[in-house]
Amino acid sequence: MSDRTLYDKVWDSHAVTTLPTGQTQLFIGLHLVHEVTTPQAFDMLRERGLPIAYPQRTFSTVDHVVPTDMRVRPFLDEQAEAMTAALERNVRDFGIEFYGLDSDRQGIVHVIGPQLGLTQPGMTLACGDSHTSTHGAFGTLAFGIGTSQVRDVLATQTLAMDRLKVRRINVNGKLPLGVHAKDVILTIIRQLGVGGGKGYAYEYGGDVLDRMNMDERMTVCNMSIEGGALVGYVNPDQTTYDYVLGRPFAPKGEAFDRAVAYWRSMASDPDASYDDVVDIDGSAIEPTVTWGINPGQAVGVLENLPRPEELTDPKSVEKAYAHMGWEPGAPILGTPIDVAFIGSCTNSRLSDLIAAARVAEGRKVADGVKALVVPGSADVKKQAEAAGLDRVFTEAGFQWREAGCSMCLAMNPDKLNGREVCASSSNRNFIGRQGSPEGRTLLMSPAMVAAAALNGRVVDVRQYN
Amino acid sequence: MNEIKQVGGRAVVVRGHDIDTDRIVPARYLKEITFNRMGEYPFFDERHDAHGKTVDHPFNEERFQGAEVLVVNRNFGCGSSREHAPQALYRWGIRVIIGESFGPIFAGSSVLLGMPTVMASSEDVGKLMALVEGEPTAELTVDLEARKVRLPDGGDIDIDISDGHRNALTTGTWDSTALLLDNMGEVAKTADKLPYTSDFEGPAPL
Repeated sequence: MSDRTLYDKVWDSHAVTTLPTGQTQLFIGLHLVHEVTTPQAFDMLRERGLPIAYPQRTFSTVDHVVPTDMRVRPFLDEQAEAMTAALERNVRDFGIEFYGLDSDRQGIVHVIGPQLGLTQPGMTLACGDSHTSTHGAFGTLAFGIGTSQVRDVLATQTLAMDRLKVRRINVNGKLPLGVHAKDVILTIIRQLGVGGGKGYAYEYGGDVLDRMNMDERMTVCNMSIEGGALVGYVNPDQTTYDYVLGRPFAPKGEAFDRAVAYWRSMASDPDASYDDVVDIDGSAIEPTVTWGINPGQAVGVLENLPRPEELTDPKSVEKAYAHMGWEPGAPILGTPIDVAFIGSCTNSRLSDLIAAARVAEGRKVADGVKALVVPGSADVKKQAEAAGLDRVFTEAGFQWREAGCSMCLAMNPDKLNGREVCASSSNRNFIGRQGSPEGRTLLMSPAMVAAAALNGRVVDVRQYN
Repeated sequence: MNEIKQVGGRAVVVRGHDIDTDRIVPARYLKEITFNRMGEYPFFDERHDAHGKTVDHPFNEERFQGAEVLVVNRNFGCGSSREHAPQALYRWGIRVIIGESFGPIFAGSSVLLGMPTVMASSEDVGKLMALVEGEPTAELTVDLEARKVRLPDGGDIDIDISDGHRNALTTGTWDSTALLLDNMGEVAKTADKLPYTSDFEGPAPL
């Protein structure tokens, strides 16, 4: 067959059998485990007396609950301590690789998988975290799963899955200066809707994706789930192979060449047929900011907020306006902020930090703004420090932290208070997401967050071009 | 495992599109290492004000206590993969959810708990919501085999559910582990055929 997508090829090569339910039993090449969504799964294995089927395909780290300032054990938060201790016990009892707080490989699970060369093209991958789609940047079919599914992967290295349709999303043209990968994915979600990807895998391509580095592709794939698509991916190319080469778990020597031949063969065929195709003009994308309570409620930084009466479904924004407290029709530009957060599995990699540092360098965070930079992994932190980025940020008045998920979901001490407004490079502006039920989140690129931090309000980062 | 062919009872309505799993269970409750207490938490921050006082919410209303059917709008359970969300609804007492559409991970996890998520048209969901809000004692029955919701007046509405989910529920194989464990020989064969396990595997982790 010569008209298959990467999705088809990976699915077919990993399909074990058709289950009596009609679902496919799909082999999972790599299982990533973190502390929050897995203790119950390990307990289910204990109750049923089951071992882990493929411990050598299972890797774990701690990221969600870890403090990013004082990492001294035991943590002050007793629940976070108990949760971390539970993972430490589970990885010991079941014999799986673990990168704990004392490891230089620790970090956000979706940052360390690629960084270690564990994530590879043509593979299936699962993790009990919805942003697992991040790994799709490598041409990997990466599934975010629930805890009972984590149990299934631990026990069998497989999942019972329904096949998805594939939507090709072409982003063509050239992104204007000051427009980043985050703006691309926010624009895609804004256009297709937060539920638009239901039943689909998203295949991203076109000139803009072709030119992106791997960090940028990861940012795009990361937020597929925010568009309702369980998985998103980019076909592997030379950029992908160059990234994987030399990483700790990458094939070595001649094996790497054989790997590349295989990875190439797994990319979608030129004449592959898709269930749907969407074209987006990259040159028309602007720095984009969310104003509401889901990632699809976004505007270009120079646009005004939508007026409900001009929408096909005015009720859809009622809750957003009630929570955020903005006036319909008001500009997003100039919206005051209290907190600036640069981090998360969406935007905490080295190139994200470089983009933010370029804006922050030689300038000062506005009075009254709490600004923090949380690198995605211990390795990103080390590289950033080697490049002097920590000094750029701290001299500008940003706090420079240890690696973790931090204020993306506020399961550690980094939280909003009351009705604070946060300019955030994370992925969700859901009500209560950043730790205060009344808190408000404006999603944007790391460079835009840095610019907002310096000004105490939303500005157009292009003023720093 | 029991077969789930028909499931129903009294219902509760939670209106609104794109209700994410952070709203169903706030992240701070994910720090518990068991699901045991999740039944206390569904919609916690929408049911309480900043001082912990209860505020208007369908899950707080006396007339909806004991409901086993939840009726929702579009893209319910979107966002975070946290199984705590379906666990919380299940442990509160919900046994089936009827909505316009669902987040993919939420729907997948719900089936593994034996709690079907079934889809109906926007118009039919609107009718169901009006019916339940007007008559909270009304009993709804979701018939998975016929793909219908049976209404108290003898009428019914059409619902959609994927064949895989429906078959897993109606044949009592919705807790998939046993089903998957049946094929471990085939799993090993599939794994061995993948070049990344045999031809160019990277360094061993342990």
